[in-house]
Amino acid sequence: MDLSELLAIAEHENAMRRPICIRCCTALGCQSAGSLSLKQRLEEAVAEIDRTDIEVIGVGCMGLCGHGPLVQVDPEGVLYEHVHAADAPSIVAALDGGEATAPHGDPHHPFFTLQKRVVLENSGIIDPERIESYIAAGGYQALYRVLHDMTPAEVIDVVTRSGLRGRGGAGYPTGLKWATVAKSHGDRKYVVCNADEGDPGAFMDRSIIESDPHKILEGMAIAAYAVGADQGYVYVRAEYPLAIQRLQRAIAQARRLGLLGAQIFDAGFTFRIDIRVGAGAFVCGEETALMASIEGRRGQPRPRPPYPAESGLWGRPTLINNVETFANIPPIIRNGAEWFASIGAETSRGTKVFALTGKIRHTGLIEVPMGVTLRQIVEDMGGGVPEGRVKAVQTGGPSGGCIPAALLDTPVDYESLQRVGSIMGSGGMVVMDDATNMVDVAHFYIEFCKDESCGKCIPCRAGTAQMLHMLDLVRAGQATAADLARLEQLCVMVKETSLCGLGQSAPNPVLSTLKYFREEYEALVRG
Amino acid sequence: MAVTRSQPPISEQEPLPGGDNRFKLLEATMKKHQYRPDALIEVLHRAQELFGYLSTDLLFYIAHSLHLPPSRVYGVATFYHFFSLAPKGEHSCVVCLGTACYVRGAAAILAAAEQMLGIRAGHTTPDGQLSLETARCLGACGIAPTVVFDGAITGHQTPEQVQVWLERLVGGRSG
Repeated sequence: MDLSELLAIAEHENAMRRPICIRCCTALGCQSAGSLSLKQRLEEAVAEIDRTDIEVIGVGCMGLCGHGPLVQVDPEGVLYEHVHAADAPSIVAALDGGEATAPHGDPHHPFFTLQKRVVLENSGIIDPERIESYIAAGGYQALYRVLHDMTPAEVIDVVTRSGLRGRGGAGYPTGLKWATVAKSHGDRKYVVCNADEGDPGAFMDRSIIESDPHKILEGMAIAAYAVGADQGYVYVRAEYPLAIQRLQRAIAQARRLGLLGAQIFDAGFTFRIDIRVGAGAFVCGEETALMASIEGRRGQPRPRPPYPAESGLWGRPTLINNVETFANIPPIIRNGAEWFASIGAETSRGTKVFALTGKIRHTGLIEVPMGVTLRQIVEDMGGGVPEGRVKAVQTGGPSGGCIPAALLDTPVDYESLQRVGSIMGSGGMVVMDDATNMVDVAHFYIEFCKDESCGKCIPCRAGTAQMLHMLDLVRAGQATAADLARLEQLCVMVKETSLCGLGQSAPNPVLSTLKYFREEYEALVRG
Repeated sequence: MAVTRSQPPISEQEPLPGGDNRFKLLEATMKKHQYRPDALIEVLHRAQELFGYLSTDLLFYIAHSLHLPPSRVYGVATFYHFFSLAPKGEHSCVVCLGTACYVRGAAAILAAAEQMLGIRAGHTTPDGQLSLETARCLGACGIAPTVVFDGAITGHQTPEQVQVWLERLVGGRSG
């Protein structure tokens, strides 16, 4: 494969396109609502009227998952929501002036217009099951450029200057991490994509993989070239069968075209990717636990240092980045570090994908520039809560905190969210209305962390169990004010002494609800 | 369940349990991974897919094949939630208890299912018809609350709808 062959594939693909394109979402949410049979009915309806200027393609996530199945018709961009298979003929007939029986969506709603799509640029546009569709959208050209026109050091320099920070939650500067792995010595190096999206209420990584799997592969290959790795692993949750299937297909397609494997683009660069399927352990999202799991062992973390960048998989230098981080790489190479750095906020460059869920009118997947406020996301884009008022927004899953409605004007960036007692996290954003009891929410998260504690270190194993016990007492009305103080003390102890991120952040939901919704605890306390 | 060495592993009793094609398929998976110990989780996935659950004998067989101590195989099989050491029911119902589903009323759905089936989550009906389970998050939060019936995810569920589904799966049953 060389550049002219790549461009020829793109050209051929674009020449095959028809003037009118009916895009039907085939990501998990819409599939569960019947979009596969809908797509088939649409194809049949087009065939029946014998129109060769119309095509029906299955695409990835269009974002508004709560209103699925979604169908969009180009070039006009007409959006249909809650489409049933029975609506298919009328949607096709509407192209000739008929009236579609499916409800119209509003593509000019702030839910769509306030987005800035970098990671999701192809999501809902291309067919995720065909590599040609990705190539036609400019795919794998960034990899070609990197292999032929840039040295590994230049690639790392671009990523560093872009200001990209890890999207898995901690926000470590990506360029710095790459530079460390590149500098480390080892007979072999590895690149690992962390797709173990365990935070309940988060589905960004699942959607990205289901909608644009090749982008991850291209990002990983660019990273491998930059750090000098020849083997990659995608560690993905077993709970995501569709994502695994699309990833497997994408790897096979890329291998067939010589875009993965030996001698990629005849540049003397070899890179292979294998999938490792998790087996249901939240702690495996922690990088040292994840590596243990790839090695076929129990997913238990170990102390750092040594960091994976120096001693990772099988003791060799290993680069671990999150799905969304890798997905940012091809656009950064394509458009330059300055372009990326011009998006977003001072210390948090670029965009962030959020899974907006809970008690909110428009649930789904959004990508916004860093620095927009929670209020813009929840009220403008999400349309607010269906009944009652917003009480709190939970970000960062079990490691994050609950941000009260009074602080909705907080901008979404790593530092601001940390200042109000939460974290950016991987991107789950759960909206809670005033019917939600915050003590119950804290209990929910602690129960989760207690179950998911791997049991290796005592502060986490015993601490989360004790925290849960104390929350049980509070809920049963058997706790005293002194117990609340003890609970707070215990939280601080677990936070400061646990081995890994799970235990260190497990108390956050309790601490943040104690801070902002203390009256709800006090109302339950005896005397 | 205690694992002891009192029973020799299947592979030492006889080469392969004759006629059981599933062992051949499992063997093929292990061969594909060149019997490398780091493929243990992949092999356990395949074994559970083929046999429905991981019996003690099966764990011994895998340990022997991958040249791993049985303690290691048992440790891994029990560490991960996905692996089951007991047989599952013919049908399955998994109620998602992720945050989005929780906020939208998953607890009431689970309670309704438990009441109707007369079993707690994590258990199988006495006649082996159905296993009721919970999941941490299926990533289908956009259509919360979700329930998976025999592998198919359904969204926007209510306790009443779930009871109708269950009735269809196991026939009328009083709690």
